[in-house]
Amino acid sequence: MKRTTTDDETRISVTHRTPVSYIDKSREFYAAQGYPTPYRWAANVGAPFTPVTGPLTDMTVAIVTTAFPVEARGPKRAYAQACEPFPAAMATDDLSWDKDATHTDDVATFLPLRHVRSLATRHVVGELGPRFYGVPTEYSRRRTELDARQVEQWVREDGVDLVLLVPL
Amino acid sequence: MSLVARHLESVGIPTVVIGSAHDIVHEVGVARFVFVDVPLGNPCGPPDDPRTQESVVELALQLAVSAIAPRTVVQAPVTWPSDEWRDVYMRVGSSATTSRSGTGNRSNMRTFGQPTRRPSSQRGQAQSSSP
Repeated sequence: MKRTTTDDETRISVTHRTPVSYIDKSREFYAAQGYPTPYRWAANVGAPFTPVTGPLTDMTVAIVTTAFPVEARGPKRAYAQACEPFPAAMATDDLSWDKDATHTDDVATFLPLRHVRSLATRHVVGELGPRFYGVPTEYSRRRTELDARQVEQWVREDGVDLVLLVPL
Repeated sequence: MSLVARHLESVGIPTVVIGSAHDIVHEVGVARFVFVDVPLGNPCGPPDDPRTQESVVELALQLAVSAIAPRTVVQAPVTWPSDEWRDVYMRVGSSATTSRSGTGNRSNMRTFGQPTRRPSSQRGQAQSSSP
């Protein structure tokens, strides 16, 4: 992507169609490995929607991640962990992300606890919730639904008003 | 993850998804989505750039209150230094190169994939993660 600036505007000339289609990439990638049946992603026309009522400055915000604590062992299950102290590292090696182009050493790039805290300090938002939550990337919709209900329970326990979901 | 967002919205809890896999989030369909067009792994922006990361989170918070209908998508004004990653990630190409992301020669990958092929009942479940 090349930027050129004129007197009154910034133009971007592209060499690649954006955004990338990960559905296409994964289908072609796994077909080449001998998996002839592509993964079928959930698809919906509509989406449930809950309007936000009240100002951001009164809201408690929580984050959901697909990363897991470094010390986690055994089968992955949904978890809740205290935000403090902010984790210095998270386990991400087993997740699908672009390990050639970037890294995940900077935890705030995918688990932005410190940024929500900073925005609360700046009075953009009320406060960071006491815990963040993690969910495994599941291919069973039934298990995903169970994880979602578990997150809902934790959100209610923590008095959270708004949830940011940040998959790697 | 988008399915979790849909559940929370359905029980009265507002959400915003921040992510880089536009097509997947679009297909699943969520209430609010901040699209960050960077390689998978850093949905809040490039490493060691806290100002950009915080601006993405702030954009998500603002979207929470400004969206008036589901499927509201905002693209964060974040760019990556080059576009090479768009081709390289999960590439099935003609070269014999391989990488941590698994790019490489198509015929070699068939060979690599052979021992780990799953029964037909499990096919299509090969990925270890989904945004």
